[in-house]
Amino acid sequence: MIAPPESIRSILATDCGSTTTKAILIEKGPEGYRLVVRGEAPTTVEAPFEDVTRGVLNAVREVEELAGRKILEGERIVSPQSGDQGVDLYVSTSSAGGGLQMMVSGLVLQMTGESAQRAALGAGAIVMDVIALNDGRRPHEKIRRLRQLRPDMILLSGGTDGGDVKRVAEMAEILVAADPKARLGSDYRLPVIYAGNRDAAPLVRECLDSRTALTVVPNLRPSLEREELKPARDAIHELFMEHVMAHAPGYKKLMTWSPVPIMPTPGAVGIIIEKVARRDGIAVVGVDIGGATTDVFSVFQGVFNRTVSANLGMSYSVSNVMAEAGIENILRWVPFPVDEVELRNRVKNKMIRPTTIPQTLEDLVIEQAIAREALRLAFQQHRSLAVGLRGVQSERTISDIMTQTETGQSLVSLMDLGLLVGSGGVLSHAPRRVQAALMMIDAFLPEGLTHLAVDSIFMAPQLGVLSTVHEEAATQVFERDCLVRLGAVLAPVGPGKPGQPCLEVRLEAQGLPPLERSVRFGELVVLPLPEEGGAKLRATPDRGLDLGPGKGRALTAEVRGGVVGLIVDCRGRRPFALPTVSATRIDRLREWNRALGVYPRDV
Amino acid sequence: MAHAYTPGLRVTDSALIRRERRLPLKGTVLVARGEAVEADTVVARTELPGNVHTVNIASRLSVDPAQVPGTLRRPVGSKVEKGEVIASAKSLFGLVTNTAQTPVEGTIESVSHVTGQLILREPPMPVEVGAYVRGVVAEVLPEEGVVVETQAAFVQGIFGVGGETFGEVAIAAESPDQPLLPELLSPTHRGKVVVGGAYTSHAALQRARELGVAAVVVGGFDDQDLRQLLGRDLGVAITGSEELGFTLVLTEGFGHICMADRTWRLLGAHRGELASVSGATQIRAGVMRPEILIPRGVPARAAAEESHATGLEVGSLLRVIREPHFGRIGHVAELPPELRPLESEAKVRVLVVEFADDHTRAVVPRANVELIAE
Repeated sequence: MIAPPESIRSILATDCGSTTTKAILIEKGPEGYRLVVRGEAPTTVEAPFEDVTRGVLNAVREVEELAGRKILEGERIVSPQSGDQGVDLYVSTSSAGGGLQMMVSGLVLQMTGESAQRAALGAGAIVMDVIALNDGRRPHEKIRRLRQLRPDMILLSGGTDGGDVKRVAEMAEILVAADPKARLGSDYRLPVIYAGNRDAAPLVRECLDSRTALTVVPNLRPSLEREELKPARDAIHELFMEHVMAHAPGYKKLMTWSPVPIMPTPGAVGIIIEKVARRDGIAVVGVDIGGATTDVFSVFQGVFNRTVSANLGMSYSVSNVMAEAGIENILRWVPFPVDEVELRNRVKNKMIRPTTIPQTLEDLVIEQAIAREALRLAFQQHRSLAVGLRGVQSERTISDIMTQTETGQSLVSLMDLGLLVGSGGVLSHAPRRVQAALMMIDAFLPEGLTHLAVDSIFMAPQLGVLSTVHEEAATQVFERDCLVRLGAVLAPVGPGKPGQPCLEVRLEAQGLPPLERSVRFGELVVLPLPEEGGAKLRATPDRGLDLGPGKGRALTAEVRGGVVGLIVDCRGRRPFALPTVSATRIDRLREWNRALGVYPRDV
Repeated sequence: MAHAYTPGLRVTDSALIRRERRLPLKGTVLVARGEAVEADTVVARTELPGNVHTVNIASRLSVDPAQVPGTLRRPVGSKVEKGEVIASAKSLFGLVTNTAQTPVEGTIESVSHVTGQLILREPPMPVEVGAYVRGVVAEVLPEEGVVVETQAAFVQGIFGVGGETFGEVAIAAESPDQPLLPELLSPTHRGKVVVGGAYTSHAALQRARELGVAAVVVGGFDDQDLRQLLGRDLGVAITGSEELGFTLVLTEGFGHICMADRTWRLLGAHRGELASVSGATQIRAGVMRPEILIPRGVPARAAAEESHATGLEVGSLLRVIREPHFGRIGHVAELPPELRPLESEAKVRVLVVEFADDHTRAVVPRANVELIAE
C-alpha cells in the first residue's frame, strides 16, 4: 500500500540498468523534496549471481553509507520510515537483461505497423522487428524471422474497426505457424497482445488463445484518423510485470519490495519528459545516449513519441556509429588531421574495451565527434517515426496542393522546440558543460530560441516512475537536482555569406549590465546569462533570416539562465554546412571552440 | 564505483575449464557422464523443425476460403512431395479443373477456412553439437547437451572472428613483436592453429585461407583489414558465426601491438599440441571472449575452478588499454585514492604505472588498464 503523498518523508528509487544499478535517496526538507545521495553497484541479473536484488541491495548499502543512516534491515528495505531508519516509499525501474524486447506487427507497414511500433516504443520496448503484410518479405521469410528472434512479447495489430478481417487472420496464422518462443524461460507461453480490428478478435482468439498468453485490448488504430495507443501501452506494462519480469532472475522478490509496479526504464523517462512538456506548455526533446543504444523522446503538439536506436551508442555500439555515419562525417568535427587507419583502430579498441575513458584532449575531441554523429543519426531516426498519421483522408485546399503537403509528415519542428535535454555519460560527464551544449547543438541543429539542459546523473528513470505516485516530489527533484540548465541557443534560419551582418542581440538580466552585440554570419559566440533566474532577450535578424516570428522580424523572449549562457549560433541553418576544404574547416572549428571556450587549448 | 577497472583476460598454463555444449532445441544426448570425448566427438543431436511455406489455395483454385478445406486431396498431417497436387476444384460449370501444387517437399501442417491459406512444413533439419574440446563429460543435461570438463592451458583473446575449430599449435613468427607475414605461412600449416606475433595483414589471412589453416592467433590487426575480410564494417561486437574458412583471435587489440610476452611463451610451450579455438566474441551483457584451450590430460578434480582476478594492488601486472600508452605493460606503482584531473580535464581515479620495458612511470585512469591475470 502506498502512503498518502503528503505523509511521505523519504523515498528510495532504483534503476536496474544493464550494467549498473543506481539508487537515489530523496528526503523532504524545509524547501521540499531534494536528492540526498546517490549510490551504485554492478547489476546482478547474470551469472554468477542471477538475482537482481543483490545489485539493488549493494547500491542501497552505498546509499546508507553516504547518507549515514540505515535503510535496510538485513536484506529488507524498512518501510515506512521509523525514526531515522527506513524510507516511506520504494520504487524501481529496470532495463536489465536487455530491457523489454518486442516484435510488433500490423497490416500495412506505414499505417498500423507504424502505430504498433509507436505503442511499443512508447511503453519502453526495443522493437526487434516490424512484420507487416507489405513488408516485402514472403510469408515463409516472416515465419523464419519470427522464429529466429526470441522476443519477450508480441504486439499484433492490424486493420481499422469494421474493416476486412481476413488479412488480420492471415497475420495470426503466420504467428501460429512460426510458434515463436519467449526469450526468458522455455516453459512459459509467449505473451501476445492483440490490438487490431475488433471484428477480427474472435478469429485471433481461435488461432492464438491455446498457444500463447493472449490479451485482447481495444484497437490501437480504430480508424485511419485516430490512434489510441494507451490501452496497448498499458497492456505492455502489465505483461512486462506479469510475464517478463516475473521470469527474470530475482524480480519476483524485487516486485514484492515496491508497492508500485516496476517500469521499463525508457518508459519511465518518457513519463517525466511528457510531464515537463505538459507543465510548461512547450515542445521538448530528450535524448539519452548510452553505451549500446540512444533513446530519443519528444513531445510536439502534445504528442509524445519515443524511439530507440538500438545500435547507436558510445561504447558497445561505437563502431556501428562509424559504420552508419561514415568516417568522413565523424572527421568533419575534428579540428586536426587524423589518419583514417588510426581512427578506425581507436574506435574498434573502444568497442572491445567499452569501459575505457579518454585521457588525452585529442581522444576526448574524437569521442565527442563520434557522439555528435550518434546523436544526429538517432534524431534522424526519431524524426522519421515521430510523424502524423499516414493514410488519413483530409480535405485539401488549394494552398495544400501548392505546398505539396501530405499526411505522415514529421511532427518534429525544430523552430518550435522549447527545451532540449541530454543525458548519458558523454553529455552528463563532459568535463566542460559547454562541450555538452555544443555537441547537442551540432547534432540537433536547433532553430530560433531553444533552451538546453543536461540530466546531471541520469535520475530521469527513477523520477519518471516516482511521478506516477508522487508527482510533487518527482517534479521538485527533477528541477532542483536532476536538470542542469545550460542556458539557451539562438540560431537564425536562412542562407548567408561568412562575414555578413546576421543578428543584433540585446540581453537584459537582473544584476548584469545590459548587453548589446552584433553577430556576423559564420560566427558562434556565447553571451553570459545568470545561472539562476533569467534575462530579457530581443534579437533582430538580418533580412532573409528567421528566428521564428518571420524573416527579418525581431524575437522578444524571456531566456532562462544556465551555467553556459546564451549561445548565438550564426553558422547557418537550412543549410548548415561546414567548409569542405580541410584546412578552412579546421580553422573554423578552432575559431568556434576558442569563442566558446570549449577546450582548455587549441587541439 | 566498486570496480572501475577492466577485469583481466586470463592467460594461464593450467585451469579447470568447463564448457557447456547445448542443443538449440531438445534432442538426444549421445554420451554418458564420465565418458572421455575428443574435440570432434558428437555429444548431442536433434532435428530443427523445417521451414514453413504458405500456399494460398483459395486464390490458386479461385474458390471461397471457406471451401478450401473441402478441396484438399490429402488430409492435414500428410507428407507430400514437391510438385504434388494437394488441392483441386472445378470451375466454369465443371469444365475446368484448377489444381494447386506443393512448392516443396514437406508435411501439411494446417489449412485456414478464413484466409484460404495452407501451411506446409519442410522436413526437419538435423543438428549436431560436438564436444569442442578434448576432456571428460562432467555432467549430462538431459535432452539438452552436456558439460565437458578439461584441464587445459587457457588463453583468452580480446576479439575474434570465426567459429569453433581445433588443430595443432604451430608457431610461425620468431618473436612476439614480429608481424605474421604471408611468407611465414607454408603448406605445413594446413589444419593448424598458427601463432604469429604483433600483427597480421589481410594478405596473410588470404594466404592462411588458401593453405587451409584452422586458426590464426596474433597480437593485433587493423580494422581496415577486418573490413576487407568480412566485406562490411563490423558495427557491434557479436561474432562467431562468420564463415571465413578459419578463425582469427586477437590477443591484444586493433593496430600493431606485440603479443604479451606471457601469452607468447605459453603458446610456444605447447607447440605441436592439440588446441581448441573459438573466435566468438560478445561484448554486451554476458561478455564472451575468444579463447584458445590446450587440454593437458585428465582433469585434476582438486584443481581450482576458473578463478577471477580480485582487484588492483600495488605490484599488479597490467596492460594499458587506451592512448596515450596503449598496449604497454607494467606494474602498478601507486594507487592514489583521490580523484585526479586528466589532460582531458575529467577528474577520475588514477594509478601510477611503471612500465616493464624502460621502467618509466606514467599516470593513467584506472578505467584504462586491464589486469593480466596469472
